[in-house]
Amino acid sequence: MSDAIKGYRGAARDVLDKFSVEVWSDCTVQTTRGEFKGIVLPRSETDDDQHVVLKLITGYNVGITVDTITGMIAAGRKEAHYKIPEKEFPVSPNKPNIKLFGTGGTIASRLDYRTGAVIPAFSPGELYGACPELADICNLTTDKLFAVFSENMGPEQYKKLAIEIGKAIENGVDGIVIGHGTDTMHHTAAALSFMVQNPPVPIVLVGSQRSSDRPSSDAALNLIHATKTAAESDIAEIMVCMFGPTSDEYGLLHRGTRVRKMHSSYRSTFRTIGDIPLAQVDREKITPLRQDYARRRDDHNVDILPFFEERVAMIYYYPNMHPDIIDSLVDNGYRGIVIAGTGLGHVNKPLYPAIERATKAGVAIYMTVQTLWGYVHMFVYDTGRDLMSRGVIPSENMLPEVAYIKLGWALGQTDDLEKLRELMLTPVQSEITEREPYNGYLILQGGIPEVEEFLRKIHK
Amino acid sequence: MGYVPRLEADRSVYADLGFKSGLEIHQQLLTKKKLFCHCPAGVFQRGKYDAEIIRHMRPTLSEMGEYDGTALMEKRTRKIIIYRIKDETACTYDFDDTPPFKIDREALGNALEIALMLRCSLVGELHITRKQYLDGSIPAGFQRTAIVGIEGGFPLKEKNIRIIQLSIEEDSCREVSDIGHTRIYTTDRLGMPLIEMVTYPEMLTPDEVAEAAQYLRLLVRTSGKVRTGLGAARQDVNVSIDGGTRIEIKGVAHIKWIPELTHVEAFRQKALLLIREQLQQFVTDPAGWQITSKQITPDRFESLPVLVSGDIKPDDQLMMINLPGFKNILSFFTQPGHCFADELSGRLKVIACIERPNMLHSDNPVWFADDATAEIRSALQAADNDAQVLIWGPADDMPTALETIDERCRMAFEGVPNETRKSLADGTTIFERVLPGPDRMYPDTDSAPIPIESEYIETIENRMIVTMPQWLDTLREWDVPDDAHYYLILHGFIPLIEKTANETGWPKKFVALLFGHTFKGMQRRGQLADTFDPQMVGDVCCHLSQNNIDRRWVREVLKQLGANSGHSISVVTSEVVHGKLTLEEAADRVKDLADQFNNVSESCLPDAQVRWVVGQLKPLMQGSVSQSELAVLITRELSHV
Repeated sequence: MSDAIKGYRGAARDVLDKFSVEVWSDCTVQTTRGEFKGIVLPRSETDDDQHVVLKLITGYNVGITVDTITGMIAAGRKEAHYKIPEKEFPVSPNKPNIKLFGTGGTIASRLDYRTGAVIPAFSPGELYGACPELADICNLTTDKLFAVFSENMGPEQYKKLAIEIGKAIENGVDGIVIGHGTDTMHHTAAALSFMVQNPPVPIVLVGSQRSSDRPSSDAALNLIHATKTAAESDIAEIMVCMFGPTSDEYGLLHRGTRVRKMHSSYRSTFRTIGDIPLAQVDREKITPLRQDYARRRDDHNVDILPFFEERVAMIYYYPNMHPDIIDSLVDNGYRGIVIAGTGLGHVNKPLYPAIERATKAGVAIYMTVQTLWGYVHMFVYDTGRDLMSRGVIPSENMLPEVAYIKLGWALGQTDDLEKLRELMLTPVQSEITEREPYNGYLILQGGIPEVEEFLRKIHK
Repeated sequence: MGYVPRLEADRSVYADLGFKSGLEIHQQLLTKKKLFCHCPAGVFQRGKYDAEIIRHMRPTLSEMGEYDGTALMEKRTRKIIIYRIKDETACTYDFDDTPPFKIDREALGNALEIALMLRCSLVGELHITRKQYLDGSIPAGFQRTAIVGIEGGFPLKEKNIRIIQLSIEEDSCREVSDIGHTRIYTTDRLGMPLIEMVTYPEMLTPDEVAEAAQYLRLLVRTSGKVRTGLGAARQDVNVSIDGGTRIEIKGVAHIKWIPELTHVEAFRQKALLLIREQLQQFVTDPAGWQITSKQITPDRFESLPVLVSGDIKPDDQLMMINLPGFKNILSFFTQPGHCFADELSGRLKVIACIERPNMLHSDNPVWFADDATAEIRSALQAADNDAQVLIWGPADDMPTALETIDERCRMAFEGVPNETRKSLADGTTIFERVLPGPDRMYPDTDSAPIPIESEYIETIENRMIVTMPQWLDTLREWDVPDDAHYYLILHGFIPLIEKTANETGWPKKFVALLFGHTFKGMQRRGQLADTFDPQMVGDVCCHLSQNNIDRRWVREVLKQLGANSGHSISVVTSEVVHGKLTLEEAADRVKDLADQFNNVSESCLPDAQVRWVVGQLKPLMQGSVSQSELAVLITRELSHV
């Protein structure tokens, strides 16, 4: 498609052609509904072909129905140059050196006319232009590894990211920040927790729930929190740094293996599950909430284990699940299956033969719970014991997504099911914990007087 | 400077100024739900709240890649915004934790209907746009808005006014307070559907502006598609004069304030142009113009504590500033009761967040003693034509405060800066923010365009009943004074007036004023029972006319009817016209009244009829007969029947 009529097709394209009008033309349109004057804007490819979009002098956009157009006259052109003002990021010898890896997502973004959505903008200069506070915290260099939305992150990206982190650590950075889309941030956090072991510096994943093209975006504050954590904290672990409350107040640092996105759109969507977060961070300080974290070191040593077997699946069990679901995975050569079972880790009886057939064929099957909170306990009921006798291995309180990532990572290293079991059940970074604290499970129920009273006192 | 009070100003005063004004009228639509979520519309939280949320706002780029001036100003204010949320009136959409739901179709239909009434060209596809508001009045930092139609128009008495555009948008939060760096809002009004009607700046006198506002208000009110009550309609008024610039006066709550506000604003602009002229005499190189400043301590001058008694807080920083060439400018008249120094002080409050009082100046009689003044002037190396100001406030705010003073003074060399101003009840205005431009617009990436099909427009055209413009023409034809138009049209009295005039043969203007002045006045003064039906006014007229009673009695009859609700028109009329009844006259009426009773009542109680007739006659005979005597008389008369 020619660039001159970006996004237009069919009837809309014909009418633009007919009157020799292009995208960015400043034009007058005669229609049966009246006259309209403005600049022709590109149209999103997914929108219909019955309308032409104009930007009026007042800044508003309107669509003109193609079959009401009786004439168009172009007089001049005004093309948009969308660019975040770029300023050179100041460097100071006294400040920590932070590396920011870009993967995509909405930390910094701009308008994409092709899809009508926003696409990421990234360079240190752009980030500094949009968020000058960063220069008070660190010296920043950036490296755009991929430009994908988070749902398109996968094993290839995990491995590349791990290797690049290894190189950055070897080069002596004081901390690493990874900009990431939020949808699968907890998958990537888990993958990095297994692939990057014993890092000497903080490694912080960060994103935003509201894109940075809106004034109320959480992007800048999240980035400030993440950068501050990477630069100043002594927590040398893989962490997710996102809003604690929905208010612009503080961020939480979650362990990469215990964190999960829990709301489709809230700013405070990330929560540590079955435990408490590592720390709180605001513009002024980092406040640890626990002491059992790996401390920052001066060396440049790190273990990079970039392995992943892709033929691993996760099944979310539902009543009336038929055995062919498992059969088809086995028949398609899958080597590992994580089941998110009901309650303490259960599935129905009709699956038993399929499970038995799978484990006999050497497929590793690990059980997790779809309740998310709590441990798998397969000795309590017959069902659990029956499943274990057919080779299903309970994976303690590993979150389903974390178990999936870990199984892929572990199978990437060994075919030996016993060795695999050892890898799976030996915690690397709290993906399995020995105990669940009483406050590791807190979902306050709205409406209850004491909860409402609490909500009035804190900033939500 | 030649200020003319409004009541003494005629058309030529405004023609000489080059007065031009346009309107932006915001009117809430009558819908069950909010515009982009499913919260109920029109429910208010009245000070109570369940939770608070905090946000800060950051400027972002417009679609054309520019930053908006207002946005940059708001960024400098470093405000903490607190939203008070009540569960019944706001959901996660309102505080920007959920993307928008589909637009409310009821609201869209209402907006299209009003756009059609204003003869706008309707768009083919609605594009939701984000209009940035960094003052925090919307938690998202932008208002979702869309153009419904453009290029409409409507008639005034002597001319036509064109409409630039009509948009549908979500309403903003209500401000609770704004002190220092903290601004508090409630979210109940947020998200309610409203329309914004924008006119071209074609009104050339303050009265024309009010007339246009009144017309638009009536048109939308009579459509039945809009909300009424406090805050349901808000006017922004744009004013400019020759050599001045477009100033937007925000949130004018009452149309009757408009003439004074626009008048005062026109003269404020004239004053600023005169100030520019005067400055040019003393400052030959505006580009090289510079302020100088020195920090002083509160104990520095003996006279200081007296000057600022109680206004300075213990931690405040005090800054003395020299403004070259500004002597006599700071005290220059800008608005009744205001001078140029208030322009500086207003910006200090809004941009640097320093509460007023926040400054003193050397043009003011309240200033330092002579020796201190001399010392200050020498410390600042001031020349004869320079002025000095003393400002104070939190140390953190001082850099912005100095910048703000410098910036506003520089603007004085240009004339009238682009501003949005807040209206006050006395007709003056204060600085609210820098006037935003088209650069604050950005397409809403969360919502798809909405086609407005021709068939949909047709269904709206078919259901639409537009009576208001014809009614207005009719009233003008009848020569009914303007002050009665609004009331008569709003209450839909025109058909009743016409019918009454036809049946009585009385002049239409006379009947119209019975409704528009007499009836309205009695209503306002509480002289009518709530149940008093306006139809009664027509009935009284007909009764008088049928009985060949002169129409001069009508007002008195209405008054008496109002005071004695439930009495029959004929009885009250006769009392008014003929005075108190004698016993014989009363006896003559019993039979008629008894018949009337049979028509209106189905009561089977034995003495119901007697009691009713007593009730009718009693007030007409006050003092001349007792209730029991009257009952005896009536019973006797009825027994003859």
